[in-house]
Amino acid sequence: MTVPVVLFYAFAVLAVVSALGMVLNVRNTVASAMNLVVTMIALAGIYLLLEAYLVAVVQIMVYAGAIVVLFLFVVMLLNLRHDTFAPGRQWLVKAGALLLSLVVLSELLRLFSGGLPAPQAVLAPAGFGGYRQVGIALYTDYVLLVEMASLLLLAAIVGALILAKRRID
Amino acid sequence: MPVEVIVKSLFILIVVVVGLAPVITWIERKQSAVMQDRIGANRADVAGITVLGLLHPLADVIKLLAKEDVVPTGANRVMHQLAPMIAAVPAVIAYAVIPFGGVYTFGDWKLSLVAADPDWGLLYIFAIGSIATYGSVLAGWASNNNWSLLGGLRVSAQMISYEVTMGLSVVGVFMIFGTLKLTDMAIAQDQTFRLLGFLEVLFGLQVPVWLDWLRLPGWGIFYQPLGFVMFLTAIMAENKRPPFDMPEGESEIIAGYHLEYSGMRFGLFYMSEFIEVIVIAGLVATLFLGGWSVPYLSQETIIGAIAGPFNTEFATGLCMIVHFACFMLKVIVMIWLQMALRWTLPRFRYDQVMDLCWKIILPLSIVNIFVTGAVMLLARGSS
Amino acid sequence: MLPLEHVIGLSAILFVIGMIGVATRRNLIVVLMSIELMLNAVNLAFVGFNRLWPGTAEAPALDGQIFVLMVITVAAAEVAVGLGIVISLFRNRDSVDLEEVSLLKW
Repeated sequence: MTVPVVLFYAFAVLAVVSALGMVLNVRNTVASAMNLVVTMIALAGIYLLLEAYLVAVVQIMVYAGAIVVLFLFVVMLLNLRHDTFAPGRQWLVKAGALLLSLVVLSELLRLFSGGLPAPQAVLAPAGFGGYRQVGIALYTDYVLLVEMASLLLLAAIVGALILAKRRID
Repeated sequence: MPVEVIVKSLFILIVVVVGLAPVITWIERKQSAVMQDRIGANRADVAGITVLGLLHPLADVIKLLAKEDVVPTGANRVMHQLAPMIAAVPAVIAYAVIPFGGVYTFGDWKLSLVAADPDWGLLYIFAIGSIATYGSVLAGWASNNNWSLLGGLRVSAQMISYEVTMGLSVVGVFMIFGTLKLTDMAIAQDQTFRLLGFLEVLFGLQVPVWLDWLRLPGWGIFYQPLGFVMFLTAIMAENKRPPFDMPEGESEIIAGYHLEYSGMRFGLFYMSEFIEVIVIAGLVATLFLGGWSVPYLSQETIIGAIAGPFNTEFATGLCMIVHFACFMLKVIVMIWLQMALRWTLPRFRYDQVMDLCWKIILPLSIVNIFVTGAVMLLARGSS
Repeated sequence: MLPLEHVIGLSAILFVIGMIGVATRRNLIVVLMSIELMLNAVNLAFVGFNRLWPGTAEAPALDGQIFVLMVITVAAAEVAVGLGIVISLFRNRDSVDLEEVSLLKW
């Protein structure tokens, strides 16, 4: 029961509780978004415990700090307040989804329940997960991925601009 | 080792956040008064003794604590009350990586005057800056008020735009010093460099040896003057500090996102802006003004000079105090600069704020990166 | 010692919670956020497995973390375009309820 293990379980419980809060919160969209932020920050804490420092910081900067703000921005722009949706065939869909999720969860847990050594038994080399090594790897071995990612982001920028533009007649 | 971290955290909380931030409100009032040729606020007294108006921060706190806490009708109560806390936390935890001094060895105990020193210290500040948008955005939405919603929309756009330029303008500093660790950056600025060295690098002219005494301290602002201006602009806009206080524009949208807050909740928003002023001052001092290092006197020189008649332990302790005083002096100079900018420039319009970010600072920062890289290649090629 | 099964188990639980969100909720924005949750769960699995096989000091194996950076990039692009679609939909139908925009059902 060392400190990193206790911290991992604390972050894990926080992540699961806020994920449930996000999905099960019916009335308030902004509360769902804030629960997603808490989940992402808890996951960033777990990345720090797993010695992936650059990924943890990028997760907070990009995911929790920009993408969810974009969600909040759209919610505020459209002024979505209460989910007052008319009832439909909801209980059937919900029961089916829950059953499917339980089946998938049990299958995943069965697949990974044994045979994996503990990570700390394998010592990470010095500088693992730091910005220097990830940067070198990104720009020497994976430079094609970086170029493709930049093209993808350019396409996304153009697409979002055209979609959200008002028609100029 | 955890005791050390707890002591440093308590020092930051008690001395800097609770002690220094109210003094900054006094500095703002008195500096604006001096700049505008008036006296300022000096009436708060205890039994008839006014101390130049230094009791006004205390009077402010007592007034804010005693006011009624109003939650507007139709507003989401939980979010409305949570937003000031979410705004105040990132401002305070950003102090964890700011180095108030260097690393001092007392025998076999190394003391470093920074609460946490990860390898990626500068990225931590950017991550915390990203989280800081949530307080203001939630406050704007949760108040059930049109003006607050407008303020919240503006503040979210402004803050996420300036995060990008904040990161890009310090890439030049990162390239020159080769590290993201803030204590290493301050140590790397502890040296001096020849002022005419650029002639040798860029034009190949040989600088005569008798001109070698003409040196500048190796501070970030001499290596990256454009980066300094851009970073100061971007981080003042990130803090919603005037002239970028469009989201809380007092004459247009009646205080924007903190309109429906009274009492200590407004006090939290108000104080977190001033706490972040000190964070900005400390960060700019570390990155561009040499941190805790005294110009032209490196740490070994100071310890060697004092350690003549005394032993090295005492000399190291005295050097630590000198470095801490030098850092606080630079922080006070940067606070003065931010206050002077606040009371001089008029407020930017919203489209001017966005133009400045995306059309002026972003291309300039990319040009800065290219020029820095080119000069570094030439310097490495010639030496 | 932090057992890796617990990291992967947490990733599986978060993935399934995201799946419940996508299958059950009728608000389009919450569906998009559930997709983000599923991507986060996958990122956690990548980072966990990468920690298990970190390579040596001469040849560090950082494939998992590089792929996580790519997943974050793709998620950002997808959210931008997805929210553009939500705004267009809201302008045309004045609602983000999925039951009201299911026009191709029988």
